[in-house]
Amino acid sequence: MSQNASSPAPSRAGLADVLPRWLVPNLSGIHLVAIFIALLLIGLLLVPVAQVMVVAFQDPATGAATLQNFIDFFSTALFRESFWNSFYVSAMSVVVATVIALPLAYITTRFHFSGSILIQSLGFIPLIMPPFVGAVAMQLIFGRNGSVNLLLRDHFGFDIPFMEGLNGVILVQSIHYFPFILINLSTSLRNIDRSMEEAAQNLGSHGLRLFKRIVFPLAMPGYIAGAALVFIKVFDDLGTPLLLNVNNMLAPQAFLRISSIGISDPMGYVISVILVVFSILSLWTSFLFMRGKDYATVQKGGGGMAKRVLKPAEKAVAYGVVIFILLLVLSPHIGLLLLSFGTIWSYAPLPDAYTLQNYVTMWEGSKTFILNTVLYAGIAATLDVIIGTAIAYIVLRTNIFGRKALDYLATAALAVPGVVLGIGYLRTFHGIDVPFADKPMASWWVIIALALMIRRLPYALRACTAALQQVSHALEEAAESLGATKRRTIQKIVVPLMTGGILAGFVTSFATAAVELSATIMLVSSNNDAPLAYGIYLFMQTPSGRGAGAALGIVAVIVVAVGTIASQIIIERDKKLKSSGGEH
Amino acid sequence: MKKTLFATIAATALLASGALAEGKVTVITSFPDSMTGPIEAAFEAAHPQYDLEVLNKKTSAGVKYIQETAGDNTSDIFWASAPDAFEVLKSDGLLAGVTIRSEGIPERIGAYPLNDPDGKYFGFAGAGYGIMWNERYLKANGLEPAREWQDLAKAEYHGHVGMSAPSRSGTTHLTVETLLQGEGWDDGWAQWKRIAGNFASVTERSFGVPDGVNTGNFGLGIVIDFFGFSSKASGFPVDFAYPTVTALVPANVGVVSDAPNEAGAVAFIEYLLTPEGQSVLLDPAIMRLPVNPATYANAPEGFPNPFEDSTIGATVEFDVDKSGARYNLVNSMFDVMITYRLDDLRAAVGAIQAAEAALADSDNAEAKAMIDEAWALIDANPIDEAQSLDPEFAGIFTKKRKKATDEVGARQAEVEQSWDAMVVANYAKARELAEKAAGM
Repeated sequence: MSQNASSPAPSRAGLADVLPRWLVPNLSGIHLVAIFIALLLIGLLLVPVAQVMVVAFQDPATGAATLQNFIDFFSTALFRESFWNSFYVSAMSVVVATVIALPLAYITTRFHFSGSILIQSLGFIPLIMPPFVGAVAMQLIFGRNGSVNLLLRDHFGFDIPFMEGLNGVILVQSIHYFPFILINLSTSLRNIDRSMEEAAQNLGSHGLRLFKRIVFPLAMPGYIAGAALVFIKVFDDLGTPLLLNVNNMLAPQAFLRISSIGISDPMGYVISVILVVFSILSLWTSFLFMRGKDYATVQKGGGGMAKRVLKPAEKAVAYGVVIFILLLVLSPHIGLLLLSFGTIWSYAPLPDAYTLQNYVTMWEGSKTFILNTVLYAGIAATLDVIIGTAIAYIVLRTNIFGRKALDYLATAALAVPGVVLGIGYLRTFHGIDVPFADKPMASWWVIIALALMIRRLPYALRACTAALQQVSHALEEAAESLGATKRRTIQKIVVPLMTGGILAGFVTSFATAAVELSATIMLVSSNNDAPLAYGIYLFMQTPSGRGAGAALGIVAVIVVAVGTIASQIIIERDKKLKSSGGEH
Repeated sequence: MKKTLFATIAATALLASGALAEGKVTVITSFPDSMTGPIEAAFEAAHPQYDLEVLNKKTSAGVKYIQETAGDNTSDIFWASAPDAFEVLKSDGLLAGVTIRSEGIPERIGAYPLNDPDGKYFGFAGAGYGIMWNERYLKANGLEPAREWQDLAKAEYHGHVGMSAPSRSGTTHLTVETLLQGEGWDDGWAQWKRIAGNFASVTERSFGVPDGVNTGNFGLGIVIDFFGFSSKASGFPVDFAYPTVTALVPANVGVVSDAPNEAGAVAFIEYLLTPEGQSVLLDPAIMRLPVNPATYANAPEGFPNPFEDSTIGATVEFDVDKSGARYNLVNSMFDVMITYRLDDLRAAVGAIQAAEAALADSDNAEAKAMIDEAWALIDANPIDEAQSLDPEFAGIFTKKRKKATDEVGARQAEVEQSWDAMVVANYAKARELAEKAAGM
């Protein structure tokens, strides 16, 4: 591993690495793929969103093109304050999420620690926070009069405002989004070549210095991918500030202004444009940070870093840390579970009594929702990793003109509010009929799956990009110099080496798509086509439906968790195969 | 694994394109499943030739959905609470004028006309705003339930009250406007700001308020009656009361223009207004006020009857034109003065309340004058009633240009910025004065 561009590959890279890239011709097939993806992104993202956001560039009085609205944005004290608040909250959330994710990732990848799979899987569950129910559960546990504060007040006479103001947003966001860092960082750590570490140890480095100088820098692509996602996601996230009723941030300001009935104030759309631009800027900054560094390692057979057995005292500390963190990050889900089995839960540390009735109520008529969710999220996540891998390859391995634009465009989806995408889809696809069926495309269920695909593409893309950054060119060049075609190299070398990252991307996309609501609620045109989040929304509209909504939320968590654990097992098996096949 | 996926896709595609009933009536509604379910069942039992397809969307999403799909409309009925949502659809020409035959339905509920004068939408149930509270919460905090709006402004309720914003919920808007009309523009706003000084939060959705009271996140909430009734019926330790000044407003239903099944839509609305249809509203999970006075004969003990109990919603003669003329302006003012600056407002009102408590037994005239001055700063409005009704000024907030050549003066963002600057300065000054007075 080296930190500068002049000697990119590890010393054992060999001759292939010295050959300039342009000696290897690009196949035109890749160009075709790039064009296809570009068209897909333009049709499914750029056009629909532009149809809605064009308002931001129009004079509200005359309809003429203008930038006046952006001048208004920056001359409004409330918006400037919101911008700063959003920035502060995002940056602090990255810090807190790192504090949560780093020990988990390190302990599970560095040591022989029983239950690593459990941590890797459970640590992921916070991402699956179904709308509304998660909010209610959080309030019940950490709210002003939630369990923790009621107990504190009764026994110690004080309480802690966990859920108040910007600090509350930072806490909830960190708990919710730290898995982005955990997943990407763990994948990176697993891919580190053991020989790097051994080399450092031979030269006398160990302990914290080894971690700071060798291990963490080598895991940088994963960390940066995760941190950038957390930053952008928190910056654009709507649900948490709304749940905590914090209005002075950009995303809630945009949402509140766009979704009011009959109001045509352009400022909501202006804020959306600013969110998109800022997200792209953040991404660009993370690219700048990574530029000129090479993180690829040639050796894939090493099976990641050397694992060490913990001493009993260390083991106790490790267990303590892990259990504390898991309790903290899973508390919303513990609350959700209690809520789903509880009868009445009001101003008390625990529900008054327990029942199974909520599950009975939920099960009647929610089966379609569950099937639909698995189908939509499955399609979305599958397409996401395919497109994500393709874009990552095009950006990192080819010289195709405008390749970075693909990456930026796909990532911009992160910043497009779901409601804007939903309205854009209605506007774009309602006039077009589904082939061979006499109904508008906007009310076809496939459109919901495509909307989810676009909305969750950035997650898969970041994971795939990080995975590819760790694959050395030398391996592909070696394959090609042995006569493999480009296509065969991708199939047999690149994609298999990226498996971990691709799976991480699939899981992230699948899990978050399964609980998406803001775009789908605009697009659902028949209850038979509705996904699970919509079912939860239906329940959570009434006081009596709270328990049943929570029960459906638990089902959502279980569905996604099963998928996650399954892919964890695949990763582990994959890793074992690699290490057994790569004996040295 | 791939095969299974494709099999699932194929199976679901078949399911999704399942046979459509001949008499399908598509309803876009903001009402919860617990309300539409029983009504749907009763309607389909009475008219087996129709199949009601209920699509639940938030009111704003429902309006947007109908607007965006108008070119090739697939919806028959729009069914929601807020009359303003119907006004938006009506002004876009998206509601059809149909003739509805019904018997025994009065012209007004409370002081509010039941049906649209142009016959585009129809009231089918009544609802009024009031105060809901959590018994356990109040007991733990040693509080009594508030009975009138002005009670909510008392210092003892500081940090215990929740409400939604009028820009988020059409029914909340009506409550705000009712008080403005009942108490007058300046006194009405002053009262709202003094109540808001006690807010724990302004929730993003109207259901957030009953939810917050039910969980005990805050103690009292300003909610629409059926949220209170149905929460109580679900077993939560909560109760509800109407204050003297409240408006009864109808929940509405209308036929969408170019409805694929207009006959079915009309049949559904007519059924809603029959005695059988009306009596479904008394279901414990629904608890809306029927508009057919005869239905109250079957109502449970203690169920309010606005047609006999003249104290409910009779105090304010609600002026629909006035409300409509400044609709978005009132929403925007509430957001600028209260929603977005809640922390500043709460701190200022809290400081004044503390100063008043500290000076309760003193007769320091100078300090008292400072407190009055502080209250005056809280109460001050950026615009007066005449300006709120000036169509040119209110037009800034609607931007409905009839022709492309129409010019609308200032931009909303400019106006809001100047209001914001004023209230932020006022709240800060009020807090400073109160803190100074408390130290005297």
